[in-house]
Amino acid sequence: MVEAFRPGNTAEALRILSEHTCIVMAGGTDLMVHRGQSRGFTFPLLFIDHLEELKKTYRKNDAIHIGAAVPFSDMERHADIPDILKMIIRRIASLPTRNMATLGGNICNASPAADTLPYLYAVNASVVIRDRESTKTIPVREFITGVKKTQLKNNELLTEIIIPDKEFGINVYRKIGQRKGMSLSKAAFLGMADKPHDVIRDIHIALASVAPTIVFSTEIEKQMINKNSKEIDAMKNRILDQYAALIRPIDDARSTAKYRKQVSLFMIKHFLEKL
Amino acid sequence: MTIEFTLNNETKKIDVPASARLLDVLRDKFALKSPKDACGEGECGACMVLVNGRAMNSCLIAAGSVSGKSVLTLEGFKLTQRYKMIEAGLLEAGAVQCGYCTPGFVISIESLLNHNPRPSDKEIREALSGNLCRCTGYNMIIQGVRIAIEKGDGLW
Repeated sequence: MVEAFRPGNTAEALRILSEHTCIVMAGGTDLMVHRGQSRGFTFPLLFIDHLEELKKTYRKNDAIHIGAAVPFSDMERHADIPDILKMIIRRIASLPTRNMATLGGNICNASPAADTLPYLYAVNASVVIRDRESTKTIPVREFITGVKKTQLKNNELLTEIIIPDKEFGINVYRKIGQRKGMSLSKAAFLGMADKPHDVIRDIHIALASVAPTIVFSTEIEKQMINKNSKEIDAMKNRILDQYAALIRPIDDARSTAKYRKQVSLFMIKHFLEKL
Repeated sequence: MTIEFTLNNETKKIDVPASARLLDVLRDKFALKSPKDACGEGECGACMVLVNGRAMNSCLIAAGSVSGKSVLTLEGFKLTQRYKMIEAGLLEAGAVQCGYCTPGFVISIESLLNHNPRPSDKEIREALSGNLCRCTGYNMIIQGVRIAIEKGDGLW
């Protein structure tokens, strides 16, 4: 078995993927921890951390494009990255980890606790998926299919993430962890809304670490559109009941299902009350 | 996989598995013992090295990914004026006790000052949040950084 590939450009990476099943490594911060536990990888590694084509962040047609090899610490400093996303990124692990870890890796790893996924679901971000012949764009909400599962096929590479260039007036992000720095979340909440003249025109709620994938529902959100604070208050319990049905946490080393459910509902309630 | 990279300012060529941890390659193949093997999962910062001038945990770096890059460990960095200033700052502040975490801290401090020569206390704390110390507590270390910045006026 070939042990590893270090292609010279993206086209070469796609050719290798069309011929070999590989583990694509960008920052490697999750993969290498996994390696530590299992001593080695089942498939050859394909490094993409050095590919210049995948290191670009740019604005195009009212959207921000982020290459798959851009480390989080570059995003933190980039003028085009929305403030709320920068805030979420600064709560990920520590700076040395963010010097390596990438947004593309966070998506492909598809952990239920992935810190950036609530944001990507909320703003309806997309991923650009390429194989040797074609390029397609898939919403992140569809790309993630389960715990550590995505639509990505063996011959495909995630090359770019596309974020709509839209900011919200109200942004609330809460990450519940053991401590402030370096923690994986027990539960994370993101609420974003636009509410000019006390009427909700747009609202998104997303939670991580409390179900197999991100808790997110356009159905529930729709019910709150064109409502004012008083109306939201009146329908609050009905909204919470619907989210309660979607929140299906587990007991693990970080927390308990009971705590996760309770704190999640509390964060949603708090957001609705503050609207 | 044959890996060619710059290690402490010298070009090196070595044949190691691409998935080997850079930490193990540094310690076992190059006998560089300043990066410590402690948590092995990017939590503690004791294995910190500079890759192209940025602090990274060498326990999370696959050896194959440093091809063509420049790696600096404390053994290379200690020959510089900047190192001497950081050392003096940490000593004066009493920021070193057992010393196990210190190489990692020094590397993170250099990475911070290299990108931000006049950091606020909050920025220092954030830049060092990936390094754990179980002896001194962090206030003396932050004080040490302050002293290094003051004494090394213009070095960064």
